[in-house]
Amino acid sequence: MSPPVAPPGWSRWLVPPAALSVHLSIGQAYAWSVFKPPLESALGLSGTQSALPFQLGIVMLGLSAAFGGTLVERRGPRWAMTVALVCFSSGFLLSALGAATEQYWLIVFGYGFVGGIGLGIGYISPVSTLIKWFPDRPGMATGIAIMGFGGGALIASPWSAQMLESFGGDSTGIALAFLVHGLSYAVFMTLGVLLVRVPRTPKPAEGTPNAPTGPQVSARTAVRTPQFWCLWVVLCMNVTAGIGILEKAAPMITDFFADTSTPVSVSAAAGFVALLSAANMAGRIGWSSTSDLIGRKNIYRVYLGVGAVMYALIALFGDSSKPLFILCALVILSFYGGGFATVPAYLKDLFGTYQVGAIHGRLLTAWSTAGVLGPLIVNWIADRQEEAGRHGSALYGLSFVIMIGLLVVGFVANELVRPVHVRHHIPAPREETADVHRQQPESA
Amino acid sequence: MSTDSSQSPPSRRGLIAFAWVWVGAPLAYGLYELVRKATQLFTG
Repeated sequence: MSPPVAPPGWSRWLVPPAALSVHLSIGQAYAWSVFKPPLESALGLSGTQSALPFQLGIVMLGLSAAFGGTLVERRGPRWAMTVALVCFSSGFLLSALGAATEQYWLIVFGYGFVGGIGLGIGYISPVSTLIKWFPDRPGMATGIAIMGFGGGALIASPWSAQMLESFGGDSTGIALAFLVHGLSYAVFMTLGVLLVRVPRTPKPAEGTPNAPTGPQVSARTAVRTPQFWCLWVVLCMNVTAGIGILEKAAPMITDFFADTSTPVSVSAAAGFVALLSAANMAGRIGWSSTSDLIGRKNIYRVYLGVGAVMYALIALFGDSSKPLFILCALVILSFYGGGFATVPAYLKDLFGTYQVGAIHGRLLTAWSTAGVLGPLIVNWIADRQEEAGRHGSALYGLSFVIMIGLLVVGFVANELVRPVHVRHHIPAPREETADVHRQQPESA
Repeated sequence: MSTDSSQSPPSRRGLIAFAWVWVGAPLAYGLYELVRKATQLFTG
């Protein structure tokens, strides 16, 4: 499958919906928890067992993004979106078969392994293309797509819950729900496959700026530069800090105000979690677009520096003021989302558009690491504090201090980011044609 | 130059609108459900 080159007059505003159709679908992964209780009761599983498909899916997301990135750059976005569609939908169909036959291993393999490949390839599939179409606003463009990944869970969570309610929570009902998910997502993602195009010229649409100039670095070379690893640390620390709140949001707000005159009810805690999701999503598009105006390094100074201040405020005054606690948590979660969405544009600034998708894929291993690190820190410390007889906000004080430390480490790593040395750049063939080659690497 | 004016590229407005509605409608549903749930923080 050759990369689909845009015909004359093709609008670049068709590319974000193509990207969104994929990201809104694969973002369903974060709504896996909806399936956990019915699976546990229908198949007699423990909580740990029912989490396996999601956990394997996230591992496969990281692995397939890291190892499949170069292939995505070579084959183009349509190939990548097709692979994502086939894998993600097949994962659901295999899970439907697994639920119908009560073979849980098939659900783990289908949703986790096969679907997980779809997650990874789908996540990076539009990034490089969007940056090429929006050289003037790469932060906004990737922000739209990556916001979709957050939005996917918002759609899937109530939709899946309603479906399970209609079909029933037994194995037949779950199988039917998986089947409908697989077919619906296949249809929904088809829009992305059909619409996505790579720009044909350095000037993709009338009125848009020229193609970007500057460094062009291959993925293989990029991972050998200190800039890549500084960014890896930046992303890992920022995500860890966000997950620190996200992981235990509901029990955290309940514990914080348990001993006050205004305790938080279970439904109010659920509302808090929903509000955090909104902040996470808004941060993805809002902060990433802001980075186009103030620069990538500066926006990460805000994420990491102001993020540390927000954690300090929660640690010092959080239990005395509910609005302050909520406000700080919302800001932290908006930075968490912003960090995800801004990093492709940061990579583009440092390494150029040549293989930015592949480099982004490799950088996502920082996400996988943070996904383990963040929950581990917060849960382990909260458990130890509880064993020591502490309660309320005291359960989280030490976690917050560690989060502040991690954010400071990320801040320092961001300060160490310098332009990539010219010896790492790929040689330009000829001055007058360099931009064209840069703009269409997939067709090479 | 004359070729450009005689073969102007087709307008994609309809397609753009369709594509954005395609992704915007489910997203609006998700946001609606989110707002409904988030209000529980202040009412619950």
